[in-house]
Amino acid sequence: MQIPLFKRPERFTLTDAIMWALRVGIVAFVVLGSWATLTKGTYSEAAWASFVTAGVALGSTYALIAMGYTLVYGILFMINFAHGEVFMAGAFTAFFAASGLQAMGMFEENLLVSIPVVLAVAMLTSMTIAVLLERIAYRPLRRAPRLVPLITAIGASLFLQYTFRGLYGASVRSYPTLSILSGDFLILGMAIPKTRAVVIVAAIALMVGLFYLVERTRTGRSMRAVSEDKDVAAMMGIDVDRVIVQTFAIGGLLAGAAGVLYTLLFNQVSYSMGFLPGIKAFTAAVLGGIGNIAGAAIGGLLLGLLENVGPFLLLDGFGVPSVNQLRDVIAFSVLVLVLIFRPNGLLGRKEGT
Amino acid sequence: MRNVMRRAVITGLIGGVVFIYLSLVGLVEAFDERSVITGLLGLGRLVLMIVAIVVGYRAAVPIRGERGVLVPLGPARALGAGVLAGAIAGAMLGALLLVMISVNLQVMLTSASGRLITVLSTSTEPVVSALILIGGAALFAGLGAGLNLLPGAVRRPVVVAALAVLLISMLEPILRVMFVQLEAQVPLAPFGELAGFLYSGGGLTPVATVVLLVLVPATVVGWANQRRLVGVFTGPRRPEVEGIEEEPPARRRPATAARAERPSARRLVVYALLGVGLLLAPQILGVRLSEVIGTVGLFVLLGLGLNIVVGYAGLLDLGYVAFFAVGAYVTAILTSVASPAFAPQLSFWASIPFVMLAAALIGLMIGAPVLRLRGDYLAIVTLGFGEIARILFLSDWLSPWLGGAQGILQIPAPEPVGRDPQSLYYPIILFCVIAALAAWSFANSRVGRAWNAMREDEEVAEATGINTTNYKLLAFATGAAFGCIGGAFFAVKIGSVFPHSFDIEVSINALALIILGGIGSIPGVIVGALVLVGLPELLREFAEYRLLIYGAVLVTMMLVRPEGLIPNRQRQAELHEEEDVDDQYESDAGEDTGEPVITTGGAA
Amino acid sequence: MTGPSAQPAEGNILEARKVTKQFGGLVANREVDFDIPRRGIVSLIGPNGAGKTTFFNQLTGMFAPTSGRILLDGESIVGLPPHTIVELGIGRTFQNIRLFGDMSVIGNVMVGHHVRMKAPWWASLLRLPAVRREEEATRQRAKELLELVELPRRYEEDSARNLPYGDQRRLEIARALASEPKLLLLDEPTAGMNPGETARTTKLIGHLRDALGISILLIEHDMKVVMGISERITVLDYGEKLAEGTPEEIRTNPAVIEAYLGKQKTSA
Repeated sequence: MQIPLFKRPERFTLTDAIMWALRVGIVAFVVLGSWATLTKGTYSEAAWASFVTAGVALGSTYALIAMGYTLVYGILFMINFAHGEVFMAGAFTAFFAASGLQAMGMFEENLLVSIPVVLAVAMLTSMTIAVLLERIAYRPLRRAPRLVPLITAIGASLFLQYTFRGLYGASVRSYPTLSILSGDFLILGMAIPKTRAVVIVAAIALMVGLFYLVERTRTGRSMRAVSEDKDVAAMMGIDVDRVIVQTFAIGGLLAGAAGVLYTLLFNQVSYSMGFLPGIKAFTAAVLGGIGNIAGAAIGGLLLGLLENVGPFLLLDGFGVPSVNQLRDVIAFSVLVLVLIFRPNGLLGRKEGT
Repeated sequence: MRNVMRRAVITGLIGGVVFIYLSLVGLVEAFDERSVITGLLGLGRLVLMIVAIVVGYRAAVPIRGERGVLVPLGPARALGAGVLAGAIAGAMLGALLLVMISVNLQVMLTSASGRLITVLSTSTEPVVSALILIGGAALFAGLGAGLNLLPGAVRRPVVVAALAVLLISMLEPILRVMFVQLEAQVPLAPFGELAGFLYSGGGLTPVATVVLLVLVPATVVGWANQRRLVGVFTGPRRPEVEGIEEEPPARRRPATAARAERPSARRLVVYALLGVGLLLAPQILGVRLSEVIGTVGLFVLLGLGLNIVVGYAGLLDLGYVAFFAVGAYVTAILTSVASPAFAPQLSFWASIPFVMLAAALIGLMIGAPVLRLRGDYLAIVTLGFGEIARILFLSDWLSPWLGGAQGILQIPAPEPVGRDPQSLYYPIILFCVIAALAAWSFANSRVGRAWNAMREDEEVAEATGINTTNYKLLAFATGAAFGCIGGAFFAVKIGSVFPHSFDIEVSINALALIILGGIGSIPGVIVGALVLVGLPELLREFAEYRLLIYGAVLVTMMLVRPEGLIPNRQRQAELHEEEDVDDQYESDAGEDTGEPVITTGGAA
Repeated sequence: MTGPSAQPAEGNILEARKVTKQFGGLVANREVDFDIPRRGIVSLIGPNGAGKTTFFNQLTGMFAPTSGRILLDGESIVGLPPHTIVELGIGRTFQNIRLFGDMSVIGNVMVGHHVRMKAPWWASLLRLPAVRREEEATRQRAKELLELVELPRRYEEDSARNLPYGDQRRLEIARALASEPKLLLLDEPTAGMNPGETARTTKLIGHLRDALGISILLIEHDMKVVMGISERITVLDYGEKLAEGTPEEIRTNPAVIEAYLGKQKTSA
């Protein structure tokens, strides 16, 4: 009796049914919500343009932080939970540099000096914190079971947050404003606030710099080798420890720069400013495919857009009040959905274990 | 010799960094508000002294010689090393002091205040103060180094004495109140006099300090001698032979169900005493302390729940606060007259079944999406859920049902118990006991075994016949149940719920206390709660730095003792695996094992 | 799929038809037909990379075949999750020993019995007498199994990772047996063993079949073991079935010889 050959049907389980229901539901939600909002016409074209540029600007800062996450994950397969605090440390310390310069009357007046100084302070502070983190908290635990470095990272994050609270105080501080940056640029008929434009350009410059570093330089090659296979790289004569330190350092530099840019956008620093951007940047890294640097960049931009445009586009149509409050919900929902439906992200690479 | 010097210098530098850190972060001046010995010593300065002692101790421990053998230092070298290290650390602190006096650092470093300067100065001349800091640090470091030289039999009582005095001083809020209470209730015993003798102005009296410093070591020495006599009669333990290497018993023998089954007579007595103690506690401790114990009890509930999710099933849930919030809000909605949309005004007890139902639902809701996720991702996603919960509770959108930023007020006290701490204490403790029993029950059954297996190797557990999906959901649901009950009690304890009470801090609190106490260990949860929740409640100075200390605790525990203070044997073994010689293969060598499976739970 | 028209041939515990597994461009198994007779001991051999463990993994549900059918006792098991397949009666050991290292030896075996225990979670929670009896019975059974595989009693409470290598392999077998399988899959059970242990293990395998009446499928590289114990041998090469027959037939099959020797000459 011949048993016919056919493509083995996957058993259609309850899980599959739920997943499909979810997919349909989400698509329906997005389509209906957008349509409803656009027909309602609550927001003008200028408003949408503003949302989009805000999203891109914010997203580029996320991208810079996300690259730090992804670099570390690519090598150590751990999430540096404290990376958000690395970001905060740079931003907060740079604040003092900026106010100091302003007090000396050199901030606004001497931009060619003050901007690099502020940036340098931020980047170097973040880099230092990142390197210290690696040396003190992570290196001893490299071979420990998964849970342990993760908890250590959480502890380090807490510790850093409250250290800076103790050092710099609990109050929120405002960056001195740069009058040169107030107002808008007129690009392609759209008015883009100057701060946003500067942020976007600066971020892109840094991202390009990183690509170059990773793809073209020896350091970058070593980093890629170590992320492929630590042991083989060691056998090839690469100093794995040093590469790891370099990775953390570079991640720190990027986070510090992101800190300054973020502050340009939002004008405030505080000890707790790192928590949410940290998580969102991680979301971005996952969205783009963790371990993939281009993915981190794309993920960051995408997340920034989703966060700034999403609540208005999707929810307003349904008559939800104060959609602004829910932007973080959108961000986290993105995280959950990506991890459920596409755990390897958009540009994902296969994760080793 | 050079190694000794080098180590002393490095230790001194690290000590100096610690000094500066503690000062600039504000800990020293905040802690100094509290007297250890009234009029003489504040906690801030004591902390500095302790750091100096540790520096000296570490500078003088036996050093690794040429052949890798540990060689103890002679007295001159030890003391020299200690003093050197202390001096270096003191010099750094002294430098900080001088800088603070001459330059106003407070613009940037908010703790570099006049108050800190006062704490660090012992004279009106800055340079003199700085020199005293150097000398003082050197002195205490020398003492610390000296500890190395003392024979164990002497060292132990000294250290114990110091710690005991410190403990008694720190526990002043508890003990003094206790004594006053007892004074009122047991008129004949001299509790009041005892309180007066020991304490004044928030710290120990100098006289009492001296007395304790003599009494405690004497007791310890006496006790030790007595035990040694007993030991002679029972004989040493016999190690295993026959082919298994000599290994510390804790690692070789995981606790098994069989042993837990039959409590000995001595254990029963201990339990009985504990039970009586628990019953009488509110009367002895008074209102304030009962309230503290109530809060501790809430966190014991949370800790037990999180312990099941993290400790047994191995799922790092950082969004645990969501369960807590759901329990609180469900209770608020069902019992309060001020519930916005829907106010059935049930009694607290009648609302409990609904709380449990909500717990099961939300446990499944949070568990289901994360079934296929690995450790790190699971943590972040659950964190996300926790945040989503908070935002939703806070949102204007849902405020018609949940009260928004205003929350829900007028939650009635549970009849017939009443809201006062001394009465509410009892149902809280009761549920804690039930929860502990439930956790223990699960742990020692096939469920616990399945969780253990799943935690060790999920793929193999699935291949051994365990439905990992169901057991993960069960873990989440159980954890949710405990969390929700905790939330319910929280709601009635405070009488209202506000979304701001339910942020990530709660989740981290719960995590920190199970880490400190011991992952997977029920007594550990209790100890963790007492230390990390109880102490800050009592000692206001700690409260300010609570999260800083939590962070430091988490990192330190992971580096030094990941299994916690009261470890669960099996987890202890798991956490120290890498230190054994690994003779298992890497899993992908050679033969095609097929596509690497990322997670289980369905065909690829 | 299932039903009277698809009854397995008399005496086959497992029937696989045209099982194919493709990973992207790589075809790990190509249209493999495979039967295991009841109470039989059969072996699956082949050079490294031939697709043996991939085939195993499909039998145990770690992943599903790209196409083809697999019937266990007449029921299709394709697409079922691994724990269900264990319940239906397949147990396995692993090529690289995968015990629950920090669990006790007896704990490992008791976990193996998990799937046959009936206590629902709430009964465990309440520690009902029936549940306690079941626990005790499971513990007893575990001890019996340990005895069956000749693991000394004194190891019972030790951590599994501390056992000597040969004992670990036997523990894995005990754990697999605890689920009362109809079919036992052994993935290189004698790998890394010295001749003495190998002989013991071979004897054990035969004994298991005789005492418990189960069917056994082996993957093995040690030809002495294979030739000595198998009633039928199947050879895989490049994911396809190359030959099948009695040990004598396989030993003298020219294609088989070439596959092995040829592999050695041309392998990089």
